[in-house]
Amino acid sequence: MKLFIAGRSPRSDLAVENLHRMLAGNPEDDFELTVIDVLEDPQLAEDDFVLATPTLIKVAPTPSRRIIGDLSDRTSLLRGLDIRDNSLPGDPKTT
Amino acid sequence: MTAHSHRPILKLKTGIAGFDAISNGGIPIGRTTLLAGTAGSSKTVFAVQFLACGISMNDESCVFVTFEETPDDIRQNMLSFGWDIAAWEAAGKWAFVDASPKPEDPVLLSGDYDLAALLARIEHAITRTGATRISIDSLGAIFSKFDDHHVVRGELLRISVALKKLNVTALMTAERNQEYGDIARHGIEEFVADNVIILRNVLEAESRRRTMEILKFRGTDHRKGEHPFSIVADGGIVGVPLSTVELNHRSSHVRISSGTDKLDAMCGGGFFRDSIVLISGATGTGKTLMATSFIGGAGANERSLFFAFEESRDQLFRNADGWGVDFQQMEEEGRLKVICTYPETTGLEEHLIEMKKAIMEFKPTRIAVDSLSALERGATPKSFREFVIGLTSFIKQQEIVGVFTSVTPTLMGGTSITEAHISTVTDTIILLRYVELFGEISRGIAVLKMRGSRHEKEIREFNIDQSGMHVGKPFRNITGILTGNPQFHQTPESERLQEMFEDV
Repeated sequence: MKLFIAGRSPRSDLAVENLHRMLAGNPEDDFELTVIDVLEDPQLAEDDFVLATPTLIKVAPTPSRRIIGDLSDRTSLLRGLDIRDNSLPGDPKTT
Repeated sequence: MTAHSHRPILKLKTGIAGFDAISNGGIPIGRTTLLAGTAGSSKTVFAVQFLACGISMNDESCVFVTFEETPDDIRQNMLSFGWDIAAWEAAGKWAFVDASPKPEDPVLLSGDYDLAALLARIEHAITRTGATRISIDSLGAIFSKFDDHHVVRGELLRISVALKKLNVTALMTAERNQEYGDIARHGIEEFVADNVIILRNVLEAESRRRTMEILKFRGTDHRKGEHPFSIVADGGIVGVPLSTVELNHRSSHVRISSGTDKLDAMCGGGFFRDSIVLISGATGTGKTLMATSFIGGAGANERSLFFAFEESRDQLFRNADGWGVDFQQMEEEGRLKVICTYPETTGLEEHLIEMKKAIMEFKPTRIAVDSLSALERGATPKSFREFVIGLTSFIKQQEIVGVFTSVTPTLMGGTSITEAHISTVTDTIILLRYVELFGEISRGIAVLKMRGSRHEKEIREFNIDQSGMHVGKPFRNITGILTGNPQFHQTPESERLQEMFEDV
Protein backbone atom coordinates (compact mmCIF):
# COMPACT_ATOMS: atom_id res chain seq x y z
CA MET A 1 0.00 0.00 0.00
CA LYS A 2 1.05 3.55 -0.61
CA LEU A 3 -0.29 6.47 1.36
CA PHE A 4 0.23 9.90 -0.22
CA ILE A 5 0.08 12.79 2.21
CA ALA A 6 0.94 16.48 1.94
CA GLY A 7 3.42 17.43 4.64
CA ARG A 8 2.79 17.20 8.37
CA SER A 9 -0.72 18.60 8.50
CA PRO A 10 -3.48 17.57 10.91
CA ARG A 11 -5.20 15.89 7.99
CA SER A 12 -2.09 13.89 7.10
CA ASP A 13 -1.66 12.83 10.70
CA LEU A 14 -5.30 11.80 10.92
CA ALA A 15 -5.02 9.63 7.82
CA VAL A 16 -1.88 7.90 9.10
CA GLU A 17 -3.51 7.39 12.49
CA ASN A 18 -6.75 6.01 11.00
CA LEU A 19 -4.86 3.63 8.77
CA HIS A 20 -2.66 2.34 11.59
CA ARG A 21 -5.67 1.83 13.83
CA MET A 22 -7.42 -0.18 11.13
CA LEU A 23 -4.35 -2.27 10.42
CA ALA A 24 -3.84 -2.94 14.11
CA GLY A 25 -7.39 -4.25 14.33
CA ASN A 26 -6.77 -6.69 11.50
CA PRO A 27 -3.44 -8.33 12.29
CA GLU A 28 -4.21 -11.32 10.09
CA ASP A 29 -3.95 -9.16 6.95
CA ASP A 30 -0.37 -8.55 6.01
CA PHE A 31 -0.03 -5.08 4.51
CA GLU A 32 3.14 -3.36 3.52
CA LEU A 33 2.76 0.38 3.86
CA THR A 34 4.82 3.19 2.33
CA VAL A 35 4.00 6.75 3.32
CA ILE A 36 4.90 9.31 0.65
CA ASP A 37 4.98 13.05 1.26
CA VAL A 38 4.00 14.69 -2.05
CA LEU A 39 5.71 17.91 -1.02
CA GLU A 40 9.01 16.06 -0.81
CA ASP A 41 8.51 13.59 -3.62
CA PRO A 42 6.14 15.18 -6.15
CA GLN A 43 7.50 12.94 -8.90
CA LEU A 44 6.10 9.87 -7.11
CA ALA A 45 2.69 11.52 -7.08
CA GLU A 46 3.13 12.25 -10.79
CA ASP A 47 4.04 8.63 -11.52
CA ASP A 48 0.91 7.39 -9.78
CA PHE A 49 -1.34 10.20 -11.10
CA VAL A 50 -2.29 11.26 -7.58
CA LEU A 51 -4.34 14.48 -7.33
CA ALA A 52 -5.92 14.48 -3.90
CA THR A 53 -4.30 14.08 -0.53
CA PRO A 54 -4.50 11.95 1.42
CA THR A 55 -4.73 9.17 -1.16
CA LEU A 56 -4.30 5.55 -0.26
CA ILE A 57 -3.44 3.22 -3.15
CA LYS A 58 -3.73 -0.48 -2.57
CA VAL A 59 -1.30 -2.00 -5.04
CA ALA A 60 -1.51 -5.63 -3.99
CA PRO A 61 -3.37 -7.87 -3.80
CA THR A 62 -5.17 -7.02 -7.04
CA PRO A 63 -7.47 -5.36 -7.94
CA SER A 64 -5.74 -2.11 -7.14
CA ARG A 65 -7.86 0.49 -5.42
CA ARG A 66 -7.72 4.15 -4.57
CA ILE A 67 -9.20 5.69 -1.49
CA ILE A 68 -9.10 9.43 -1.06
CA GLY A 69 -9.70 11.31 2.16
CA ASP A 70 -8.43 11.17 5.71
CA LEU A 71 -9.75 7.58 6.01
CA SER A 72 -12.14 8.53 8.78
CA ASP A 73 -14.93 6.65 7.03
CA ARG A 74 -14.11 3.18 8.21
CA THR A 75 -16.62 1.27 6.08
CA SER A 76 -15.39 2.55 2.74
CA LEU A 77 -11.81 2.12 3.90
CA LEU A 78 -12.43 -1.53 4.67
CA ARG A 79 -14.32 -2.01 1.45
CA GLY A 80 -11.50 -0.40 -0.50
CA LEU A 81 -9.00 -2.75 1.08
CA ASP A 82 -11.28 -5.80 0.69
CA ILE A 83 -11.23 -6.45 4.41
CA ARG A 84 -14.28 -8.00 5.99
CA ASP A 85 -15.32 -5.92 8.95
CA ASN A 86 -15.40 -8.43 11.80
CA SER A 87 -14.82 -6.03 14.63
CA LEU A 88 -17.13 -3.07 15.08
CA PRO A 89 -20.21 -2.03 13.14
CA GLY A 90 -19.50 0.70 10.60
CA ASP A 91 -19.45 4.38 11.21
CA PRO A 92 -23.07 5.64 11.29
CA LYS A 93 -22.44 8.27 8.58
CA THR A 94 -21.28 5.76 5.98
CA THR A 95 -22.84 5.63 2.58
CA MET B 1 -5.25 45.37 -4.31
CA THR B 2 -1.54 45.06 -3.60
CA ALA B 3 1.05 47.69 -2.87
CA HIS B 4 2.50 47.58 -6.37
CA SER B 5 -0.77 47.42 -8.26
CA HIS B 6 -0.17 50.86 -9.73
CA ARG B 7 2.60 49.53 -11.94
CA PRO B 8 1.62 48.98 -15.55
CA ILE B 9 0.64 45.40 -16.32
CA LEU B 10 3.03 43.78 -18.75
CA LYS B 11 1.72 41.35 -21.31
CA LEU B 12 3.05 38.14 -22.73
CA LYS B 13 2.65 37.60 -26.46
CA THR B 14 0.63 34.49 -27.17
CA GLY B 15 1.83 34.27 -30.76
CA ILE B 16 -1.74 33.59 -31.81
CA ALA B 17 -2.22 35.71 -34.91
CA GLY B 18 -4.86 38.30 -34.23
CA PHE B 19 -5.14 37.70 -30.52
CA ASP B 20 -2.06 39.70 -29.65
CA ALA B 21 -3.57 42.56 -31.62
CA ILE B 22 -6.97 42.56 -29.94
CA SER B 23 -5.38 42.10 -26.52
CA ASN B 24 -2.93 44.95 -27.19
CA GLY B 25 0.07 42.74 -26.62
CA GLY B 26 -1.03 39.38 -25.26
CA ILE B 27 -2.01 37.89 -21.91
CA PRO B 28 -1.15 39.75 -18.69
CA ILE B 29 2.17 38.39 -17.41
CA GLY B 30 2.23 36.47 -14.15
CA ARG B 31 -1.55 36.27 -13.91
CA THR B 32 -4.22 33.72 -14.47
CA THR B 33 -6.52 34.13 -17.45
CA LEU B 34 -9.72 32.19 -17.82
CA LEU B 35 -10.46 30.86 -21.29
CA ALA B 36 -14.13 29.92 -21.45
CA GLY B 37 -16.01 28.32 -24.30
CA THR B 38 -18.59 25.74 -25.26
CA ALA B 39 -17.67 22.24 -26.38
CA GLY B 40 -15.82 22.40 -29.68
CA SER B 41 -14.83 26.04 -29.36
CA SER B 42 -11.11 25.15 -29.63
CA LYS B 43 -10.17 25.85 -26.03
CA THR B 44 -7.57 23.08 -26.02
CA VAL B 45 -6.03 24.26 -29.29
CA PHE B 46 -5.77 27.78 -27.89
CA ALA B 47 -4.29 26.47 -24.64
CA VAL B 48 -1.68 24.36 -26.45
CA GLN B 49 -0.89 27.09 -28.97
CA PHE B 50 -0.23 29.56 -26.17
CA LEU B 51 2.48 27.22 -24.90
CA ALA B 52 3.75 26.18 -28.33
CA CYS B 53 4.34 29.81 -29.26
CA GLY B 54 6.25 30.40 -26.04
CA ILE B 55 8.56 27.56 -26.91
CA SER B 56 9.08 28.35 -30.58
CA MET B 57 9.17 32.15 -30.36
CA ASN B 58 10.79 32.87 -27.00
CA ASP B 59 12.52 29.61 -26.15
CA GLU B 60 10.42 29.42 -22.99
CA SER B 61 9.42 26.27 -21.14
CA CYS B 62 5.86 25.23 -20.47
CA VAL B 63 3.62 22.99 -18.42
CA PHE B 64 0.36 21.53 -19.62
CA VAL B 65 -2.05 20.17 -17.02
CA THR B 66 -4.66 17.96 -18.64
CA PHE B 67 -7.84 16.81 -16.95
CA GLU B 68 -9.62 15.55 -20.03
CA GLU B 69 -7.56 14.20 -22.88
CA THR B 70 -4.62 11.93 -22.23
CA PRO B 71 -1.15 13.28 -23.02
CA ASP B 72 -0.94 10.71 -25.82
CA ASP B 73 -4.08 12.04 -27.45
CA ILE B 74 -2.86 15.60 -27.16
CA ARG B 75 0.56 14.74 -28.62
CA GLN B 76 -1.18 13.03 -31.51
CA ASN B 77 -3.84 15.69 -32.14
CA MET B 78 -1.49 18.64 -31.99
CA LEU B 79 0.99 17.12 -34.41
CA SER B 80 -1.38 18.08 -37.23
CA PHE B 81 -0.88 21.74 -36.33
CA GLY B 82 2.86 21.27 -36.59
CA TRP B 83 3.49 21.14 -32.84
CA ASP B 84 5.80 18.29 -31.93
CA ILE B 85 5.15 18.02 -28.22
CA ALA B 86 7.10 14.78 -27.83
CA ALA B 87 10.21 16.50 -29.16
CA TRP B 88 9.72 19.40 -26.76
CA GLU B 89 9.31 16.96 -23.89
CA ALA B 90 12.56 15.28 -24.85
CA ALA B 91 14.25 18.69 -24.91
CA GLY B 92 12.90 19.49 -21.44
CA LYS B 93 10.79 22.35 -22.79
CA TRP B 94 7.40 20.82 -22.14
CA ALA B 95 6.02 18.86 -19.20
CA PHE B 96 2.64 17.24 -18.84
CA VAL B 97 0.83 16.96 -15.54
CA ASP B 98 -1.43 14.07 -16.36
CA ALA B 99 -4.70 14.29 -14.47
CA SER B 100 -6.77 12.68 -17.21
CA PRO B 101 -9.23 9.98 -16.14
CA LYS B 102 -7.71 6.58 -15.55
CA PRO B 103 -10.34 3.90 -15.98
CA GLU B 104 -8.45 1.19 -14.15
CA ASP B 105 -8.64 2.71 -10.70
CA PRO B 106 -12.02 2.99 -9.02
CA VAL B 107 -11.90 5.71 -6.40
CA LEU B 108 -13.51 5.40 -3.00
CA LEU B 109 -14.08 8.28 -0.71
CA SER B 110 -13.29 8.11 2.97
CA GLY B 111 -13.27 11.40 4.82
CA ASP B 112 -11.99 14.87 3.99
CA TYR B 113 -9.35 15.59 1.38
CA ASP B 114 -7.64 18.40 -0.50
CA LEU B 115 -5.79 18.68 -3.81
CA ALA B 116 -2.32 19.30 -2.39
CA ALA B 117 -0.89 16.51 -4.53
CA LEU B 118 -2.08 18.25 -7.69
CA LEU B 119 -0.52 21.52 -6.59
CA ALA B 120 2.70 19.74 -5.64
CA ARG B 121 2.84 18.09 -9.06
CA ILE B 122 2.22 21.37 -10.86
CA GLU B 123 4.89 23.15 -8.85
CA HIS B 124 7.26 20.28 -9.42
CA ALA B 125 6.69 20.39 -13.19
CA ILE B 126 7.23 24.15 -13.22
CA THR B 127 10.47 24.07 -11.26
CA ARG B 128 11.73 21.04 -13.16
CA THR B 129 11.36 22.72 -16.57
CA GLY B 130 11.73 26.33 -15.48
CA ALA B 131 8.35 26.97 -17.05
CA THR B 132 7.04 30.47 -17.57
CA ARG B 133 3.73 29.47 -19.18
CA ILE B 134 1.15 27.00 -17.99
CA SER B 135 -2.17 25.84 -19.39
CA ILE B 136 -4.75 23.96 -17.35
CA ASP B 137 -7.36 22.16 -19.44
CA SER B 138 -10.06 22.10 -18.18
CA LEU B 139 -11.39 23.25 -14.84
CA GLY B 140 -14.83 21.79 -15.43
CA ALA B 141 -13.33 18.32 -15.53
CA ILE B 142 -11.91 18.74 -12.01
CA PHE B 143 -15.39 19.47 -10.77
CA SER B 144 -16.74 16.32 -12.33
CA LYS B 145 -13.90 14.34 -10.76
CA PHE B 146 -14.50 15.45 -7.20
CA ASP B 147 -17.92 15.69 -5.64
CA ASP B 148 -17.07 18.28 -3.06
CA HIS B 149 -17.20 21.43 -5.18
CA HIS B 150 -16.52 23.60 -2.19
CA VAL B 151 -13.17 21.89 -1.72
CA VAL B 152 -12.36 22.08 -5.43
CA ARG B 153 -13.08 25.79 -5.52
CA GLY B 154 -10.85 26.43 -2.55
CA GLU B 155 -8.07 24.32 -4.05
CA LEU B 156 -8.25 26.03 -7.42
CA LEU B 157 -7.93 29.36 -5.70
CA ARG B 158 -4.89 27.99 -3.87
CA ILE B 159 -3.40 26.86 -7.17
CA SER B 160 -3.90 30.21 -8.86
CA VAL B 161 -2.32 32.00 -5.89
CA ALA B 162 0.62 29.60 -6.01
CA LEU B 163 1.03 30.17 -9.75
CA LYS B 164 1.10 33.92 -9.20
CA LYS B 165 3.83 33.44 -6.61
CA LEU B 166 5.87 31.39 -9.06
CA ASN B 167 5.39 34.23 -11.57
CA VAL B 168 4.10 31.98 -14.35
CA THR B 169 1.48 33.15 -16.79
CA ALA B 170 -1.47 30.80 -16.66
CA LEU B 171 -4.34 29.98 -18.95
CA MET B 172 -7.19 27.96 -17.47
CA THR B 173 -9.95 26.66 -19.69
CA ALA B 174 -13.54 26.23 -18.59
CA GLU B 175 -16.71 24.95 -20.16
CA ARG B 176 -19.77 26.99 -20.96
CA ASN B 177 -23.24 25.65 -21.58
CA GLN B 178 -24.39 28.39 -23.91
CA GLU B 179 -22.68 30.74 -26.33
CA TYR B 180 -24.38 33.67 -24.68
CA GLY B 181 -25.02 33.26 -20.98
CA ASP B 182 -23.03 32.55 -17.84
CA ILE B 183 -19.30 32.97 -18.21
CA ALA B 184 -18.55 29.43 -17.11
CA ARG B 185 -20.03 26.54 -15.20
CA HIS B 186 -19.48 26.09 -11.47
CA GLY B 187 -18.95 29.82 -10.95
CA ILE B 188 -15.29 29.44 -11.84
CA GLU B 189 -14.96 33.05 -12.93
CA GLU B 190 -15.45 34.12 -9.33
CA PHE B 191 -12.00 33.06 -8.28
CA VAL B 192 -10.03 33.50 -11.48
CA ALA B 193 -11.80 36.65 -12.43
CA ASP B 194 -8.99 38.97 -13.36
CA ASN B 195 -8.95 38.13 -17.03
CA VAL B 196 -11.58 36.36 -19.07
CA ILE B 197 -11.44 35.36 -22.72
CA ILE B 198 -14.44 33.76 -24.40
CA LEU B 199 -14.24 31.55 -27.46
CA ARG B 200 -17.43 31.03 -29.41
CA ASN B 201 -18.49 28.64 -32.11
CA VAL B 202 -21.82 30.00 -33.21
CA LEU B 203 -24.11 28.46 -35.77
CA GLU B 204 -25.03 31.23 -38.19
CA ALA B 205 -26.92 30.70 -41.39
CA GLU B 206 -26.14 26.97 -41.25
CA SER B 207 -22.42 27.47 -40.93
CA ARG B 208 -20.12 27.72 -37.95
CA ARG B 209 -18.49 30.97 -37.11
CA ARG B 210 -15.70 31.05 -34.56
CA THR B 211 -14.99 34.19 -32.62
CA MET B 212 -12.85 35.26 -29.69
CA GLU B 213 -13.74 37.98 -27.26
CA ILE B 214 -11.80 39.46 -24.39
CA LEU B 215 -14.47 39.94 -21.79
CA LYS B 216 -12.18 41.59 -19.30
CA PHE B 217 -8.54 42.25 -18.58
CA ARG B 218 -8.40 43.77 -15.16
CA GLY B 219 -6.29 46.89 -15.04
CA THR B 220 -5.22 46.88 -18.65
CA ASP B 221 -6.76 47.72 -21.98
CA HIS B 222 -7.90 45.54 -24.85
CA ARG B 223 -10.17 45.70 -27.87
CA LYS B 224 -13.81 45.03 -27.30
CA GLY B 225 -16.22 42.72 -29.04
CA GLU B 226 -16.09 39.45 -30.92
CA HIS B 227 -13.33 38.87 -33.42
CA PRO B 228 -13.59 36.05 -35.93
CA PHE B 229 -10.92 33.39 -36.13
CA SER B 230 -10.29 30.16 -37.90
CA ILE B 231 -8.38 26.95 -37.29
CA VAL B 232 -5.88 26.13 -39.98
CA ALA B 233 -4.00 22.88 -40.48
CA ASP B 234 -0.44 24.06 -40.10
CA GLY B 235 -0.78 26.88 -37.62
CA GLY B 236 -3.71 26.43 -35.28
CA ILE B 237 -5.78 29.47 -34.45
CA VAL B 238 -5.54 32.36 -36.86
CA GLY B 239 -7.42 35.46 -35.89
CA VAL B 240 -9.06 37.76 -38.39
CA PRO B 241 -9.04 40.93 -36.34
CA LEU B 242 -10.98 43.56 -38.14
CA SER B 243 -10.97 46.38 -35.70
CA THR B 244 -7.20 46.27 -35.75
CA VAL B 245 -7.05 46.97 -39.45
CA GLU B 246 -5.90 50.53 -39.73
CA LEU B 247 -6.45 52.87 -42.58
CA ASN B 248 -2.77 53.43 -43.09
CA HIS B 249 -2.16 52.02 -46.54
CA ARG B 250 -0.20 54.22 -48.82
CA SER B 251 -1.93 55.78 -51.72
CA SER B 252 -0.11 55.83 -54.99
CA HIS B 253 -0.70 57.85 -58.10
CA VAL B 254 0.71 55.23 -60.40
CA ARG B 255 -1.91 54.12 -62.89
CA ILE B 256 -2.18 50.78 -64.56
CA SER B 257 -4.27 49.72 -67.50
CA SER B 258 -7.68 48.20 -67.04
CA GLY B 259 -7.05 46.15 -70.15
CA THR B 260 -9.37 48.30 -72.25
CA ASP B 261 -8.12 51.62 -73.64
CA LYS B 262 -11.50 53.28 -73.69
CA LEU B 263 -12.20 52.30 -70.11
CA ASP B 264 -8.80 53.68 -69.10
CA ALA B 265 -9.84 56.93 -70.71
CA MET B 266 -13.17 56.89 -68.89
CA CYS B 267 -11.29 56.47 -65.61
CA GLY B 268 -9.01 59.36 -66.36
CA GLY B 269 -6.02 57.21 -67.35
CA GLY B 270 -6.48 53.78 -65.80
CA PHE B 271 -6.87 52.27 -62.33
CA PHE B 272 -4.65 53.35 -59.45
CA ARG B 273 -2.06 50.76 -58.47
CA ASP B 274 -3.35 50.21 -54.94
CA SER B 275 -7.05 50.56 -55.41
CA ILE B 276 -10.12 48.40 -55.22
CA VAL B 277 -12.41 48.39 -58.23
CA LEU B 278 -15.95 47.10 -57.99
CA ILE B 279 -17.69 46.01 -61.17
CA SER B 280 -21.40 45.77 -60.67
CA GLY B 281 -23.97 44.48 -63.09
CA ALA B 282 -26.72 41.99 -63.80
CA THR B 283 -25.95 38.51 -65.01
CA GLY B 284 -24.51 38.46 -68.51
CA THR B 285 -23.55 42.13 -68.65
CA GLY B 286 -19.87 41.27 -68.99
CA LYS B 287 -18.44 41.32 -65.48
CA THR B 288 -16.32 38.20 -65.90
CA LEU B 289 -15.20 39.53 -69.25
CA MET B 290 -14.06 42.78 -67.68
CA ALA B 291 -12.22 40.89 -64.98
CA THR B 292 -10.63 38.71 -67.67
CA SER B 293 -9.53 41.63 -69.82
CA PHE B 294 -8.19 43.32 -66.71
CA ILE B 295 -5.97 40.29 -66.17
CA GLY B 296 -5.18 40.16 -69.89
CA GLY B 297 -4.06 43.79 -69.74
CA ALA B 298 -1.25 42.99 -67.35
CA GLY B 299 2.24 43.89 -68.51
CA ALA B 300 4.90 41.28 -69.21
CA ASN B 301 6.48 41.70 -65.77
CA GLU B 302 3.20 41.66 -63.86
CA ARG B 303 1.65 38.72 -62.06
CA SER B 304 -2.05 38.15 -61.69
CA LEU B 305 -4.18 36.10 -59.37
CA PHE B 306 -7.72 35.15 -60.38
CA PHE B 307 -10.10 33.88 -57.69
CA ALA B 308 -13.07 32.27 -59.41
CA PHE B 309 -16.07 31.38 -57.30
CA GLU B 310 -18.64 30.97 -60.06
CA GLU B 311 -17.09 29.22 -63.01
CA SER B 312 -14.92 26.18 -63.37
CA ARG B 313 -11.37 26.43 -64.56
CA ASP B 314 -12.19 25.00 -68.00
CA GLN B 315 -15.08 27.36 -68.48
CA LEU B 316 -13.00 30.32 -67.48
CA PHE B 317 -10.11 29.42 -69.79
CA ARG B 318 -12.43 28.73 -72.70
CA ASN B 319 -14.25 32.02 -72.26
CA ALA B 320 -10.99 33.94 -71.94
CA ASP B 321 -9.80 32.30 -75.10
CA GLY B 322 -12.98 33.40 -76.83
CA TRP B 323 -12.21 36.98 -75.87
CA GLY B 324 -8.63 36.83 -77.05
CA VAL B 325 -6.93 36.38 -73.67
CA ASP B 326 -4.72 33.30 -73.41
CA PHE B 327 -4.91 32.24 -69.75
CA GLN B 328 -3.17 28.98 -70.59
CA GLN B 329 -0.06 30.64 -71.87
CA MET B 330 -0.04 33.22 -69.08
CA GLU B 331 -0.14 30.46 -66.53
CA GLU B 332 2.62 28.52 -68.23
CA GLU B 333 4.79 31.63 -68.16
CA GLY B 334 4.12 31.99 -64.45
CA ARG B 335 2.32 35.29 -64.90
CA LEU B 336 -1.09 34.02 -63.81
CA LYS B 337 -2.58 31.79 -61.19
CA VAL B 338 -6.22 30.83 -61.33
CA ILE B 339 -7.83 29.49 -58.16
CA CYS B 340 -11.31 28.02 -58.55
CA THR B 341 -13.28 27.24 -55.40
CA TYR B 342 -16.87 26.66 -54.54
CA PRO B 343 -17.89 29.40 -52.15
CA GLU B 344 -19.80 26.91 -50.04
CA THR B 345 -16.83 24.65 -49.37
CA THR B 346 -15.85 26.56 -46.29
CA GLY B 347 -16.67 29.59 -44.17
CA LEU B 348 -15.72 33.13 -45.13
CA GLU B 349 -13.03 33.27 -42.46
CA GLU B 350 -11.31 30.26 -44.02
CA HIS B 351 -11.69 31.75 -47.49
CA LEU B 352 -10.06 34.95 -46.30
CA ILE B 353 -7.14 33.11 -44.75
CA GLU B 354 -6.66 30.96 -47.85
CA MET B 355 -6.84 33.99 -50.15
CA LYS B 356 -4.36 35.95 -48.06
CA LYS B 357 -2.03 32.97 -48.12
CA ALA B 358 -2.30 32.67 -51.90
CA ILE B 359 -1.64 36.40 -52.29
CA MET B 360 1.41 36.27 -50.05
CA GLU B 361 2.81 33.26 -51.86
CA PHE B 362 2.18 34.38 -55.43
CA LYS B 363 2.85 38.10 -54.88
CA PRO B 364 0.58 39.32 -57.67
CA THR B 365 0.19 42.88 -58.90
CA ARG B 366 -3.38 42.27 -60.03
CA ILE B 367 -6.16 40.37 -58.35
CA ALA B 368 -9.58 39.56 -59.72
CA VAL B 369 -12.37 38.13 -57.56
CA ASP B 370 -15.32 36.79 -59.52
CA SER B 371 -17.70 37.22 -57.83
CA LEU B 372 -18.12 38.66 -54.38
CA SER B 373 -21.84 37.95 -54.60
CA ALA B 374 -21.14 34.23 -54.77
CA LEU B 375 -19.26 34.49 -51.49
CA GLU B 376 -22.10 36.44 -49.97
CA ARG B 377 -24.45 33.51 -50.41
CA GLY B 378 -25.03 31.78 -47.13
CA ALA B 379 -23.07 34.30 -45.09
CA THR B 380 -24.50 36.70 -42.58
CA PRO B 381 -24.20 40.39 -43.40
CA LYS B 382 -21.80 40.86 -40.51
CA SER B 383 -19.38 38.13 -41.46
CA PHE B 384 -19.53 39.18 -45.11
CA ARG B 385 -18.73 42.75 -44.22
CA GLU B 386 -15.82 41.57 -42.09
CA PHE B 387 -14.59 39.44 -44.95
CA VAL B 388 -14.70 42.29 -47.45
CA ILE B 389 -12.98 44.75 -45.14
CA GLY B 390 -10.35 42.16 -44.24
CA LEU B 391 -9.64 41.37 -47.88
CA THR B 392 -9.64 44.91 -49.22
CA SER B 393 -7.42 46.29 -46.49
CA PHE B 394 -4.98 43.44 -47.02
CA ILE B 395 -4.89 43.97 -50.78
CA LYS B 396 -4.32 47.69 -50.41
CA GLN B 397 -1.37 47.19 -48.12
CA GLN B 398 0.29 45.03 -50.75
CA GLU B 399 0.03 47.70 -53.47
CA ILE B 400 -2.13 45.54 -55.64
CA VAL B 401 -5.08 46.44 -57.82
CA GLY B 402 -8.10 44.39 -56.90
CA VAL B 403 -11.05 44.00 -59.23
CA PHE B 404 -14.17 42.56 -57.60
CA THR B 405 -17.32 41.71 -59.45
CA SER B 406 -20.77 41.87 -57.96
CA VAL B 407 -24.10 40.73 -59.34
CA THR B 408 -27.16 42.93 -59.21
CA PRO B 409 -30.35 41.02 -58.56
CA THR B 410 -32.48 42.73 -61.18
CA LEU B 411 -31.67 42.74 -64.85
CA MET B 412 -32.23 46.35 -65.66
CA GLY B 413 -31.09 48.42 -62.75
CA GLY B 414 -30.84 48.61 -59.04
CA THR B 415 -28.00 47.99 -56.66
CA SER B 416 -26.92 44.75 -55.08
CA ILE B 417 -26.67 44.04 -51.38
CA THR B 418 -23.00 43.46 -51.96
CA GLU B 419 -22.57 47.06 -53.10
CA ALA B 420 -24.23 48.39 -50.00
CA HIS B 421 -21.64 46.61 -47.90
CA ILE B 422 -18.55 47.39 -49.79
CA SER B 423 -19.08 50.56 -51.75
CA THR B 424 -17.37 52.56 -49.05
CA VAL B 425 -14.22 50.45 -49.13
CA THR B 426 -13.93 50.51 -52.89
CA ASP B 427 -12.13 53.29 -54.70
CA THR B 428 -13.74 52.85 -58.07
CA ILE B 429 -17.19 51.61 -58.98
CA ILE B 430 -18.02 50.63 -62.54
CA LEU B 431 -21.60 49.92 -63.45
CA LEU B 432 -22.64 47.61 -66.25
CA ARG B 433 -26.28 47.85 -67.22
CA TYR B 434 -28.66 46.44 -69.79
CA VAL B 435 -30.35 49.20 -71.76
CA GLU B 436 -33.51 48.36 -73.62
CA LEU B 437 -34.18 50.62 -76.58
CA PHE B 438 -36.75 50.08 -79.31
CA GLY B 439 -37.06 46.41 -78.49
CA GLU B 440 -33.33 45.79 -78.48
CA ILE B 441 -30.98 45.07 -75.62
CA SER B 442 -27.70 46.85 -75.54
CA ARG B 443 -25.21 47.30 -72.77
CA GLY B 444 -24.17 50.43 -70.98
CA ILE B 445 -21.08 51.14 -68.93
CA ALA B 446 -20.49 53.99 -66.53
CA VAL B 447 -17.83 54.96 -64.01
CA LEU B 448 -19.87 55.83 -60.96
CA LYS B 449 -17.05 56.76 -58.67
CA MET B 450 -13.31 57.14 -58.94
CA ARG B 451 -11.58 58.19 -55.77
CA GLY B 452 -8.89 60.81 -56.27
CA SER B 453 -9.37 61.26 -59.97
CA ARG B 454 -11.41 62.90 -62.60
CA HIS B 455 -13.58 60.44 -64.50
CA GLU B 456 -16.14 60.49 -67.23
CA LYS B 457 -19.71 61.04 -66.17
CA GLU B 458 -21.27 59.68 -69.33
CA ILE B 459 -22.89 56.32 -69.78
CA ARG B 460 -21.39 54.64 -72.81
CA GLU B 461 -22.59 51.81 -74.92
CA PHE B 462 -20.38 48.75 -75.16
CA ASN B 463 -20.32 45.54 -77.17
CA ILE B 464 -18.84 42.15 -76.68
CA ASP B 465 -17.38 40.17 -79.57
CA GLN B 466 -14.62 37.66 -80.30
CA SER B 467 -11.89 40.09 -79.43
CA GLY B 468 -13.34 41.13 -76.10
CA MET B 469 -15.18 44.24 -75.05
CA HIS B 470 -15.47 47.43 -77.01
CA VAL B 471 -16.61 50.63 -75.40
CA GLY B 472 -18.51 52.82 -77.82
CA LYS B 473 -20.21 56.19 -77.81
CA PRO B 474 -22.16 57.73 -74.95
CA PHE B 475 -25.90 57.25 -74.94
CA ARG B 476 -27.57 60.49 -75.98
CA ASN B 477 -31.09 61.65 -75.32
CA ILE B 478 -31.73 58.78 -72.92
CA THR B 479 -32.51 59.08 -69.25
CA GLY B 480 -33.18 56.56 -66.55
CA ILE B 481 -30.58 53.94 -67.50
CA LEU B 482 -29.32 53.52 -63.96
CA THR B 483 -32.76 53.09 -62.51
CA GLY B 484 -33.52 50.45 -65.10
CA ASN B 485 -36.18 52.51 -66.78
CA PRO B 486 -34.57 54.12 -69.84
CA GLN B 487 -36.58 56.70 -71.75
CA PHE B 488 -35.71 58.12 -75.11
CA HIS B 489 -36.09 61.85 -75.65
CA GLN B 490 -36.48 63.16 -79.17
CA THR B 491 -35.22 66.56 -78.36
CA PRO B 492 -31.53 67.03 -77.60
CA GLU B 493 -30.68 67.38 -73.95
CA SER B 494 -29.40 70.91 -74.38
CA GLU B 495 -32.74 72.14 -75.70
CA ARG B 496 -34.61 70.40 -72.90
CA LEU B 497 -32.42 72.07 -70.35
CA GLN B 498 -33.13 75.44 -71.89
CA GLU B 499 -36.85 74.73 -71.76
CA MET B 500 -36.56 73.85 -68.10
CA PHE B 501 -34.90 77.13 -67.31
CA GLU B 502 -37.51 79.05 -69.30
CA ASP B 503 -40.19 77.43 -67.21
CA VAL B 504 -38.53 78.67 -64.06
